[in-house]
Amino acid sequence: MSAPLTSLDRPNSYIGRSVPRPNAKRLLVGRGRYVSDLRLPRMLDAAFLRSPHAHAKIVAINTEQARALEGVHLVATGEDLAKICTPWTGTLDHFKGMTSAPQLPLPLDRVVWAGQAVVAVVAESRAIAEDALELIEIDYEDLPVVVDIDRAREAGGPLINPGSVNNTCFRAQLDNGAVDDAFAHAAHVVEEEFSFGRHTAVTLEPRAIVSDYDPAADALTVHHATQTPYQFQDLYSRHYGIPEARVRVIATDIGGSFGMKLHVYHEDMAVVGLSILLGRPVKYVADRIESFVSDIHARDHRVRARMALDAKGEILAMDVLDLTAIGAFSTYPRTSVVEGNQVIRLMGAPYRFKNYRATLEVIFQNKVQTSQYRAVGHPIACAVTERLVDMAAAKVGLDPFAIRAQNVIADDAYPQTSPTGYRFEALSHQACLKRLHEMMGYEALRAEQADLRERGIYRGIGIAAFVEITNPSPAFYGVGGARISSQDGAILSLTPSGEIRCLISVTEQGQGTEAIISQIVADQLGLAQEHVKVITGDTEVTPHGGATWACRGAGIGGETALQATRVLKRNILEIAALILQEQPSALDIIDGEVVDAVTRNQRMPISEIARIAYFRSDTLPPGTQAQLTVSHHFAPQGYPFAFTNGIQGCSLEVDVETGFIKVLKHFIVEDCGRVINPMLVDEQLRGGIVQGLGAALFEECRYSETGQLMNGSLADYLVPMPMEMPDIVIGHVETPTADTVLGAKGVGEAGTAAASACVLNAVNDALTPFGATINSIPITPTKVLKALKRF
Amino acid sequence: MKARAFSYFRAATIDQALDAHARAGDDARFIAGGQSLVPALSLRLQAPRLLIDITHIEELRGVRREGGYLRIGALTRHCEMLSEPLIAEFAPLLHAAAPFVAHPAIRNRGTFGGSVALADPASEFPAMTLALDAEIEIAGPSGSRRVKADDFFVELFETALQPGELITAIYVPLFKADQRFAFDELARRRGDYALVGCGMLATCTGERIDDIRISFFSVGNTPTRVKGAEATLIGSRLDAERIAAAQAALEGDLAPPDSDDVPPAMRLHLARVLLGRLLGRLGEGA
Repeated sequence: MSAPLTSLDRPNSYIGRSVPRPNAKRLLVGRGRYVSDLRLPRMLDAAFLRSPHAHAKIVAINTEQARALEGVHLVATGEDLAKICTPWTGTLDHFKGMTSAPQLPLPLDRVVWAGQAVVAVVAESRAIAEDALELIEIDYEDLPVVVDIDRAREAGGPLINPGSVNNTCFRAQLDNGAVDDAFAHAAHVVEEEFSFGRHTAVTLEPRAIVSDYDPAADALTVHHATQTPYQFQDLYSRHYGIPEARVRVIATDIGGSFGMKLHVYHEDMAVVGLSILLGRPVKYVADRIESFVSDIHARDHRVRARMALDAKGEILAMDVLDLTAIGAFSTYPRTSVVEGNQVIRLMGAPYRFKNYRATLEVIFQNKVQTSQYRAVGHPIACAVTERLVDMAAAKVGLDPFAIRAQNVIADDAYPQTSPTGYRFEALSHQACLKRLHEMMGYEALRAEQADLRERGIYRGIGIAAFVEITNPSPAFYGVGGARISSQDGAILSLTPSGEIRCLISVTEQGQGTEAIISQIVADQLGLAQEHVKVITGDTEVTPHGGATWACRGAGIGGETALQATRVLKRNILEIAALILQEQPSALDIIDGEVVDAVTRNQRMPISEIARIAYFRSDTLPPGTQAQLTVSHHFAPQGYPFAFTNGIQGCSLEVDVETGFIKVLKHFIVEDCGRVINPMLVDEQLRGGIVQGLGAALFEECRYSETGQLMNGSLADYLVPMPMEMPDIVIGHVETPTADTVLGAKGVGEAGTAAASACVLNAVNDALTPFGATINSIPITPTKVLKALKRF
Repeated sequence: MKARAFSYFRAATIDQALDAHARAGDDARFIAGGQSLVPALSLRLQAPRLLIDITHIEELRGVRREGGYLRIGALTRHCEMLSEPLIAEFAPLLHAAAPFVAHPAIRNRGTFGGSVALADPASEFPAMTLALDAEIEIAGPSGSRRVKADDFFVELFETALQPGELITAIYVPLFKADQRFAFDELARRRGDYALVGCGMLATCTGERIDDIRISFFSVGNTPTRVKGAEATLIGSRLDAERIAAAQAALEGDLAPPDSDDVPPAMRLHLARVLLGRLLGRLGEGA
């Protein structure tokens, strides 16, 4: 579907153009300024002693020797920090009945996962701090460890949180339509149990924080590698009792985040407290092993699902049970139940059936917390739905493309409401499906597959349709009582030289936020992009906003920039009209020049307007006050979320002797509405797909029965590398949202949403001749060989 | 993680290095490429008082022919296994294995002697010294000696090296016209430690195998020669039946350890598959 042309579509528009990011070269040549590069005067380093036990009582802590070590400035326990930091609880009001125990920076009397920080040491250097850690003695008394989700759900079994009645964090149910009736009358029912391994973000730059408390001013400055500086400004202010205006959070260059860096971490909260106790800057950078045992993990779902169809392959109903284990606490402030909630609400999203039932159970266990990570819930809902669709296709005797073509919501049938209650403004499943079929050369791929099978080479082809949640309104967190903004703000100034400075609340983690904001501003003002400077990530200077999460930067931040620029442009043209003795409506700005709106004849450069306004205001008509700085906020209205859609395809080869899988080529057709920068959109899709392929084939946090993470290093926890990655072919369909002028939706999670589903379908397709199936990711050689009964 | 504080000494000669080690009461480690030692120090798995840098000892460098052997200096870096013409000509099995050793950045620093001294059972080069029937030259306080690879690897990370001893060179019998070799490994990702890896060197008369040495890695506590499988092949032509017999013999040769993600039976299966594929290639490579 294509939208009518607007001014955004004009040939020389920056919107829709692949311009390079202004900050790329700086980062590439090593001029980035990350938190770990920071050296403040009098700065000290923190290190943490971590629990070797997954569940144990802390009997005694002896820090005497550590305190005595030369170079050690502070050894702090849970008790020390509890005196200055109020506890937090990871629940949200709109998740009815949800529970989670209060948390403190460091535990008082009990550890609940292996790797939990217990004691902090602050010293002249990280090495000295680690020397001191070796001198601390902690007596633990083992408590029963609950790792397995079934064990955690057993009635009368060990409890993670004393005083609770069971290990349930949250339970939710959806029941729409007549599910039992649909299954009773179905011609075909397919049913399967799926499992999804725990994995984690593995950012290039680990978590890093420098907290700098100035007791003289009772002011806190935190240099924090986070996506959401405003959220942390609020949290540090409230939990440490420092007025918000005296808390400054600076998020400079960040080496990847993927949702992992927007949660409260115990160490980070502790570091703020340590700097308050010492009145000095304190730095903490998680090393890779610490990241594995303390960064949030994600996924870890077991889903039982069935789908009912009529004789022709029309989907009638779905019935889903999702069990997920989230660790010992729900994460703060966004909780650990959003993923499960999205799993049960995204099931079946591309299809038009109406009967849907789902149960979600969120369970505590003795592992590190899980929470939001790129494509929250999407990969699970997509894999379950799309695998069931493939199973159904086989049963009905339809090709995977045909069954989807038959069941997707028609492109001309919008608006629609999903069987789970999501409202869709306009999606393009049919157009995407058709495009993918062409891009893959589907018929030829199938023919090649058949030929190769004759020669003992087993290739698989998989496709997976998806819907992605983007541009969230307050329905996401605000309604649940979280002080997490869904609006953004921008402050735009015309500088005396006629350039634009844009301070905006969305943040940059390497995805190119600053690039697209500068494109939008340049486009809307009529200026070359290099004359727009975008500044992000400092609560002292950038206005309050949601920052970056849930695919909102382009859609909401972009619209904020667009609207702010239009206000500034109007102000500039008002001054220009006074100088030129014209009506503002008779003027426009192109390439930094005020022009006649009709003839396009140049009248004067905007730098001249700036010069006059700033330095020769005496020459303007009396009473004129030039407003060349504007501030503007934008909160999404209309649909609660801007849903996007797309479809992915995958061609791969399974070595049936070794169980190894080689992805040969991956395809995606995606509709994120208005594309602002095609190159950056494609990068987002590729990066997202690679993370999805990681989940599909490699990544899993494996735990022992005693709750020890078995593969907490990059030698053992495998992430996809270039050699394992296929070429990724990308196609676009553009269905802009009508809720904004810009029409952009999010794109950061689309690749991850369906890549693993696609691989799952392709592997099962490859294994068809053997009658073997796999419904568990990651799909390791071990699982393939087991399915093939090779050992 | 940061290493515990240590002293550093750069040795100019083997004698200086050995002497420094002895004077430190053996609470010392020799460091060359540091590709395994430095992470171990950072993780505080090792915390010696003294690091003795041997990378400037000229006697440990160089690759040259010596009689029927190629003498490969202990400091020969993994990347030189790829670039050094003498190795390509006279120790082609090492040349073939080198691209599988980790990644270029690691190959630029890691040394042959260091790899053999560490004796990681998942490493390519230690296992290849077995297949090559190489000899390891060791310098110690009581002089220099040569140990056959067959006698060198004792247990997990335990070798014939005594505290304070240093590998100075590895002697590899020169590759001959009637020999064939094959190498491959099954790794999840390029550059990873393999689930199973194998290299072999055969001496043939026409199609008949007169002698063969087959060495596996990532299958147990040490690099492992599979003598049962070798025995099924010696004196025979490489046909499907012989290959199957060699594969079957692996069950007696290997006792893979249990690991949380690769069961022993699966590792044995993969070893059989890999052996079959390599013997197939060996047969074709006449």
